[in-house]
Amino acid sequence: MKSRVLLTVLMAAALAIGPLISMAHAAGEIYMPILTYRTGPYAPSGIPIANGANDYLNLINDRDGGINGVKIVFEECETQYDTKQGVECYERLKSKGPVIVNPYSTGITYQLIPKAAVDKVVIHSMGYGMTASADGRWFPWVFNFPMTYWSQASAFIKYVGAQEGGLDKLKGKKIAHIYHNSPYGREANPVLEELAKKYGYELTLLAVDSPGQEQKATWLQIRRLSPNWIYISGWGVMNQVAVKEAASIGFPMDHVVGNWWTGTEADVIPAGDGAKGYKSMAFNAPGPGFKIHQEIFKNLYDKGKGAYGNDRAKVGEALYNRMLINTMLNVEGIRTAMAKYGNKPLTGEQVRWGFENLNLTEKRLEDLGMKGMMRPLRVTCENHEGNGMALVQQWDGKKWNIVSDWIEPMRDVVRPKLEAAAVDEGKKLGYTMRDCSKER
Amino acid sequence: MIYREAGQFKSTYASDQAIFPIIQDRVVVALAVAAAFLAPPLLASEYWLQAILIPFLVYALAALGLNLLTGYAGQLSLGTGGFMAVGAYSAFKLSTAFPWLNIIVVFLLSGLIAALVGIVFGIPSLRIKGFYLAVATLASQFFLIWLFNKVPWFVNYASSGTITAPGRTVLGVMVTGPNATAAARYVVALSFVVVFALLAKNLVRGRVGRSWMAIRDRDIAAEIIGIRPLPTKLLAFAISSFYCGIAGAELVFLFLGSAETAAFDITQSFLVLFMVIVGGLGSVLGSILGAAFIIVVPIFLTNVPHMLGIALSVALLKQIELMVFGGLILFFLIVEPHGLARLWQIAKEKLRLWPFPH
Repeated sequence: MKSRVLLTVLMAAALAIGPLISMAHAAGEIYMPILTYRTGPYAPSGIPIANGANDYLNLINDRDGGINGVKIVFEECETQYDTKQGVECYERLKSKGPVIVNPYSTGITYQLIPKAAVDKVVIHSMGYGMTASADGRWFPWVFNFPMTYWSQASAFIKYVGAQEGGLDKLKGKKIAHIYHNSPYGREANPVLEELAKKYGYELTLLAVDSPGQEQKATWLQIRRLSPNWIYISGWGVMNQVAVKEAASIGFPMDHVVGNWWTGTEADVIPAGDGAKGYKSMAFNAPGPGFKIHQEIFKNLYDKGKGAYGNDRAKVGEALYNRMLINTMLNVEGIRTAMAKYGNKPLTGEQVRWGFENLNLTEKRLEDLGMKGMMRPLRVTCENHEGNGMALVQQWDGKKWNIVSDWIEPMRDVVRPKLEAAAVDEGKKLGYTMRDCSKER
Repeated sequence: MIYREAGQFKSTYASDQAIFPIIQDRVVVALAVAAAFLAPPLLASEYWLQAILIPFLVYALAALGLNLLTGYAGQLSLGTGGFMAVGAYSAFKLSTAFPWLNIIVVFLLSGLIAALVGIVFGIPSLRIKGFYLAVATLASQFFLIWLFNKVPWFVNYASSGTITAPGRTVLGVMVTGPNATAAARYVVALSFVVVFALLAKNLVRGRVGRSWMAIRDRDIAAEIIGIRPLPTKLLAFAISSFYCGIAGAELVFLFLGSAETAAFDITQSFLVLFMVIVGGLGSVLGSILGAAFIIVVPIFLTNVPHMLGIALSVALLKQIELMVFGGLILFFLIVEPHGLARLWQIAKEKLRLWPFPH
């Protein structure tokens, strides 16, 4: 008897799976999926990102009625930062005709790079993903402006050099790189290694396995090694554990520098006062003091439509701001394309043109209410990284403060290395180099 | 009424020993296989093929492999993820080093390499049993993943440490890489599952399978009746790892396209073990049912609210999905501890008597 009931349940389930057909969005709109991770060990990093995207897109829709009047339809899909779930999301949302995707995971970006070129979807992996894809001649569909991991690593070395009194003083200094043992974490290694040869510092690479809750062994090695500087490439729960461990062994916090994914409020608050002085790289200014935040408060939070609900204190966190910039760049890329193709829903190819001709001036940033939040940016067909520069921010126990000028990455080191890597990676996928002088 | 074997007389040993002795079974299975080959490539959307059916087939093959080892030979293993990784990395190395080699041959060779590794890690099984063996195989899981992370030769010195499936053809049709259609990849994965399920079915009915089951049920008694434990157990490890290795190669070449070691972490080993347990230990059909359950149900649960038009936040949705999925596993294990395959068997027995049960 029982089994008959069970069988009926099974059959019903099997029948119900049938009509798993997703509904397409209405014509006359632009569709933009948002891959998020609000659950799992990466949620501390995933939540501010997801909320930033929601707030900016809602602002554009509510205040301006969309991009030049064309509404944006967006939808979240939970990936838990897991590549398999990310691929499932992408395949599911693909049928709705997205023109652009922000994977927010280097692992998922690697999965999508071969697929997106076939499906004609622009990938914007802002400051993450495959560094080599910054060579637009080999990877026309992938953009990682305003900066890549390699540029970031070179900016970090430049900053350390400046702190030590010149790059020549780096000789004999010890630098440890603690990284998430994944393509993301390993991404900075080649440049750190090359610069170690050039400037003579001693580099130690320490991998932390995902998700990174257990780092005792790593920090034991740090104590034995006592490096002069520590560079951390972490994500999710790994970040707060690393900051806490650094504080608990009494390492001078102003010599611990996270990369730009290892420096948001959720990473330092759990360590309490111990985190004071901790630094991280950034390419955007933190804090809720910009005009765009006033707009978001006025148009969304005052009307109860904010992604954080009533928790206004979280608006302006480092990662939230970064996602505002990410979404703004997406929107401005589409706007650039609209200037050429007209104010209507665009195809992936048209959006790609917009991205390749993106020219974000100081004036435009001011109009957008983001003056001072990031630097003007220019993207070209060859250079999908753009001309971004890095900042260093420091945690004072309450908020992040910018403690450096804009740091120009060592483009003379990074670019040739990147072009060589692009040839390798491009050939792996069977690509050929396109001639950018023919693209107009 | 329909499912009745009355009047089907077996006059030869061959017909008595057939895999499907009842004609209705033969017809149903033949129709099902034909439908599986024809219907999805023609009818299913790319989402269905790419996100549901291909991973289901890949994991079905892995579950089949683990079921031979755990279900038939009684050797508990948590090293499945590691053996799958061996298959994946071997396939990557082989296909990049010998681009002219047929991709099917590459899959089979990488299965063989995984089998060799399986034999090595199966050696402790002679001395330790049960949970202790599970811990020993766990070591293989961690060691293999560490090895692939540590030695850049395995990834052809790619700085990112990822392996990418190159585009390869079978009979002139592109079956791997981003330019291969989902339908082509599906057909390759399905062919592997059909052929290897048939092989497994025959294997467990023959001398090898019987000696595995003897070892599983009582190893001392098995030894007394003349079954040598070491070769028998090692053979189980080898064949199981062969299946898992091919599944791992398929995971990268047919499903993901590119992967890193995280794709083969410990959760994969557990996932495949759950498939075997939920599907039914010691059952070929159970492996396939278990894989379907573990792969399809979470995706189904994610999509239900969309289909019903209920707007929930994705985070809440994910939590609900995990809870319901966990609940379902518990429910099935309480109601039928022998797995989904046993349910199927009960259904068949009932069907024989239907509509006049005594």
